[in-house]
Formats: sequence, structure tokens, C-alpha cells
Amino acid sequence: MSQETRVDLYEYQAKDLFAAHDVPVLPGDVASTPAEAKAIAEQIGSTVVVKAQVKTGGRGKAGGVKLAETPEETQSRAEAILGLDIKGHIVHRVLVTPASDIAEEYYFSFLLDRANRTFLAMASVEGGMDIEEVAATKPEALAKVPVDAITGVDLAKAQEIVALAKFPAEVADQVADVIVKLWDTFVSEDATLVEVNPLVRDPQGKIVALDGKVTLDENASFRHPAHADLVDKQAEDPLEQKAKEKGLNYVKLDGQVGIIGNGAGLVMSTLDVVAYAGEKHSGVKPANFLDIGGGASAEVMANGLDIILNDEDVRSVFVNVFGGITSCDAVANGIVQALEMLGDQATKPLVVRLDGNNVEEGRQILADAAHPLVTVVDTMDNAADKAAELAAAGV
Amino acid sequence: MAIFITENSKVIVQGMTGAEGTKHTKRMLASGTNIVGGVNPRKAGEKVDFDGNVLPVFGTVSEAIEATGADVTVIFVPPAFAKAAVIEAIDSGIGLAVVITEGIPVHDTAAFWAHAVATGNKTRIIGPNCPGVISPGKSNAGIIPANISGPGKIGLVSKSGTLTYQMMYELREFGFSTAVGIGGDPIIGTTHIDALQAFQDDDETAAIVMIGEIGGDAEERAAAYIAEHITKPVVGYVAGFTAPEGKTMGHAGAIVSGSAGTAQAKKEALEAAGVKVGKTPSETAALMQEIMRSIG
Repeated sequence: MSQETRVDLYEYQAKDLFAAHDVPVLPGDVASTPAEAKAIAEQIGSTVVVKAQVKTGGRGKAGGVKLAETPEETQSRAEAILGLDIKGHIVHRVLVTPASDIAEEYYFSFLLDRANRTFLAMASVEGGMDIEEVAATKPEALAKVPVDAITGVDLAKAQEIVALAKFPAEVADQVADVIVKLWDTFVSEDATLVEVNPLVRDPQGKIVALDGKVTLDENASFRHPAHADLVDKQAEDPLEQKAKEKGLNYVKLDGQVGIIGNGAGLVMSTLDVVAYAGEKHSGVKPANFLDIGGGASAEVMANGLDIILNDEDVRSVFVNVFGGITSCDAVANGIVQALEMLGDQATKPLVVRLDGNNVEEGRQILADAAHPLVTVVDTMDNAADKAAELAAAGV
Repeated sequence: MAIFITENSKVIVQGMTGAEGTKHTKRMLASGTNIVGGVNPRKAGEKVDFDGNVLPVFGTVSEAIEATGADVTVIFVPPAFAKAAVIEAIDSGIGLAVVITEGIPVHDTAAFWAHAVATGNKTRIIGPNCPGVISPGKSNAGIIPANISGPGKIGLVSKSGTLTYQMMYELREFGFSTAVGIGGDPIIGTTHIDALQAFQDDDETAAIVMIGEIGGDAEERAAAYIAEHITKPVVGYVAGFTAPEGKTMGHAGAIVSGSAGTAQAKKEALEAAGVKVGKTPSETAALMQEIMRSIG
């Protein structure tokens, strides 16, 4: 919603990245059908765990993680897990991986520390449980160690982290080695989060990353062509997918007033103003977030309108533009051209508020076009009110 | 005085010959900014004509400073090369680097920030991914349109570009000492707190508008700072009250900030520090108008 650009990975994708950087993980593979899950279990040849692949926590409690002793049991477990709804996330894939015996569970992560404008390592020997709970109830059990972006994490720094988190002596060297490899993953993949929870010691004393979470920085995609394959297309809303193909910053919401604006801050503000206005008009809400950017052209406006008018939930549309770099006449031309392109498909009322650069010319273009669906309103508050009123009348 | 840039600022543009750099160099010149040259190692020695203003292109920032006495650089260099450009600016010892470039990988920003810190923070960095800074009637370093508002006594600091423009427009009858867009990236150079302190110390600024948005805890920390250090009246606005949760905050990130990062949490923190917070841009502007009228 803000200008952060992030790609959250599934556990199996995170573990693939770990493996590529020599972080110890268990073997295993991902399946999208019960038959595939069975085949993976046959190959593994021992008791396995079937794990739902969803980008949310609490899988275990929701029935998304199950043991299976045989390939047949793996198949039936996968059948039960695939299609589950875990906190609004539908399970499309399961990871099938050998069941491991666990002697101890730890926690480790590298992440961005916005407040201190650097990176942070967090480590705890109290792993396995919700780390937010550890942070809240036993803050002394969670070591937070700042990491300089230039000097990074070498073996000495990793040993410092291990000592501060009080890892047991018998695993200290192994954990330090894993930490260096996780830092390598964090830096060379341009990640903003690398989290291992739990990091485990098995009964033979070996350290393994049992579960992993990775967030990548989409701004760095120009130097990571392979990351494009990690973006999840299946889970995205079809309108969000279409917007992405057009290079638009769009998020589908659950209201009735379609929103188009320029600049993330102004659009967020527009959502607020529309939601407040909706309180007086049957409780209608914003239907989406759509930022057409600072230098929005006619074509971008047309693409944006096309997406919003194809949203079945939308009853009215509010176009809110402050012409800074963008000039209002370009935006007005964009609206007129978009409505021409859409023809009879455009059936929903548009409320337009323009201010700033070339505003008079922009308003004149809309007045001359005199499109029956378009209402021009002079302030953001009044326009939001009008858009909410029209949406409420159309429900 | 204004903050960060004044009528005495001598400005160079890194990436002046690129499409964005050319367009905005023209705009900055048109608004009266004293631009003394550009930097592009591949075009060193050339001259570029901007509607009659002929500007020299230098190979490095240091050469540009030596030849012109520049003390501000505005950076339009594309994301892949931005880290090197900012580090070059820092190493030249220039006083202010305004990084307009959008889409810089956060590891690169972390690296140039760490470099700035390691070399003693001699260069103030504004941005990245920001609209820059304008002291109306004096100088304009970045892409903020100069015709929205004239000079006056309000100081404005904001994460968002278009909300900066909107607020300048709403308060144009009073005018601004300086408006600074600090950018919405996860790591930025100049923070709300830095700008608040500069406005506090600036004789020409009578009151301050601070605009934030959801995510992180910069507004909460600014609130704590205001309570301790700022005696001038401050009006606040936070965008994103109705934004759905879970879009910006990572799991582990929420622990570090110690805040939910919601607009409501930010509003409450600001109000606890004595800041009047508007629910909408127009309500925020109305609160500031009231203050300006009472100051007279």
C-alpha cells in the first residue's frame, strides 16, 4: 500500500534459496495434487510431513501440517490439506519433506531495521513458538544485533551473534556457519527478510533450517532475472494481475467506490476521505487502491479506468488528481479518451476532481466533452461525498 | 532563512542529461533555482542549452564543485547507478544531496547511508524516492511544482509527494518557508525529526505541518521528539486510516518498530505530544489556518 515493493516467498521457495546458498535444509518437493504428493513420499521412503504452502502463520493449528507414515497416507493427507482455507489463503500446494526428530528449536532472522536505517540480526534459543510472543513475554531471550550494511556478517560477527543469543556451546560453531550462509542469502538475493523458525538441532547434533520465510525486494529485480519466476500469479486477484501487467499499482478492496489517483499518499488519503463520506451514504466504502503515478499520461488513465470499470463491485468511480508534474489537461484527455475506448461498456458514474497544474484547461476539456457519466466537483471532500452518494444510490 | 536550501544555494544535477533530469532541470531553472552545472562522466566537457541557460557538464561531482562552488546536488540517476552516484556525492563532501530516483534497491540505500555515517555524515541526504525540497521564491531542488504556493511562514515535511502538493495548495494563502518531501522508502536520509528540528531553528518558520502515512514508526518517534524539543505549533496528518492491515508490515518488522504502524496509533502518538491531527487534508489545512490567523 505504501511504496514498499516486496515479494513474499512460500516456504518451499525460501528453502530452495537457502539450499542454493548452502544453508542446511531437508530434502523434499512441492506437490499441487495428492498423486504428486504420494510420488514424492515414495521417493523419500520414510515418514514425511505434508505442509500447506500459504503466506500466513498458524498453519499447524488450522490443520495444514500433518505427518504421514506411508505414501498412501501422504496422498490422503495432501487431499485433505489442498484446498483448505487458512485465514483467507487457499492452499494450492503442499511441501512433502522427511519427518525429522528434533532435539532443540531455535529462532533466527535477518531483517531491515527501518528506525536505525540498517540491518538487524535477531536470534533466540527459544524457537518454534511465535517469536512475537517471545519478544513480548521474554524480551531478554531475543538477541537483537545491528548489522552494518557495508561490513556485513563474517564469521567473527556471526560468533558474536551466537554468543549474545546464548546458543549452547556444542552447536555454536555450526550455528555461526549457518548464520554466515543466511547473510549471504540475504545480501546476494536482495532480501529484506530472511527468517528461520525453527532452526533445529536434530538428535545427531546437526543444525537444520526446518521452516523458512523470505521477502525479496522487487526494486532489485533488475539484477535478479530469476526472481520473476518466484512471483505468485495464482494467488493474485485477476484484476490485480491485469493491473500488474499494465504496470499499475492496484489493490482490490471490498467496497463500492472505485478510486483512481496520483501518488501513493494522495490515493491513501482519498480512501480515507471516501470511507468517511460513506458513513453518511449507506456505509459504502472504497473498492480499490489505484495509484497512476506522478507523471500519469492519458494512456495510463485509460488503463486504470478500464480495470476499475470491470470490477463488478464498483458502483461509482472517483478520479482524484492533483496535477503536480502531471498536467490536468492530460488527465482530462485521458478520461475522455478512455470513455471513448470503453464505449457502451462504461456504465458507471465518474466523479472527477482536478486541481493544480493546468486545472482550468482540464476542467474545460471535461466540460466540452459533456459526457453524461462525468460529474466534475471542485474539492476533494465534496467529490468524495458525491461519489459515495452515487455509489449508495446504485447499490 | 528557510531550511536546507536558500537563495544562496548553488545546485548541480547528477543525471542532468537524462530524460527526467533534462525535464526537471528546465523546471528548476524556470522557478529561479541557481543551477550551475550537471554531472555525467560520459558527457564531461559538453554544454547543454536549457532555453538560453547554457550549463556545463562535468565528469565528477568534485570537478563540478571545484569549478562552480556548488553546495547542493539533485540526483536523477537511474536506480541501478544511484548507489554509486550518492556515494560519489558523499565523497565529494557536498553539503546536500537530494535523491529523487524512485526504485532504488533497499540494500543499495542501506549501503550509501552506512557510507554517509562511516564518513561522518558531512552530506545531508534527502530521499531517496522523494519530490525534493523547495523554499518558494528562493530555490527549488527536485520536482515540487514551484507555482502551487509562494513564500510564507509555514514549514512542511511529508513522506508523500502529491500530499505535499495538496497541502501546499490548501495553504497557499499563507505560503511556505520550506516544504520538504522526505520520501516513503523503508530507509531514508533526512527524517521527520531532522526536518522538525531544522524548522524549529529557522527564524522564518512560524508553524509546521507534518504529513505521515502508515508503516514503520517514524511518526511515533517524531511525536516523542516534538514533545521534548519543538515549541512551535505543529499540525499533523496521517494517510491510510482505512487501508487494510497486513499490506505493509512484515512479521518480524513489527517487532523491531514496537508499533503496529497503523494510522490510528500514529495519530494517538502525535496527539499525546500536543499535535493537532486532521482526519483529512482539508481538516488539517483548516487547523493550520486557525493557527496562522492567531499568530497574525
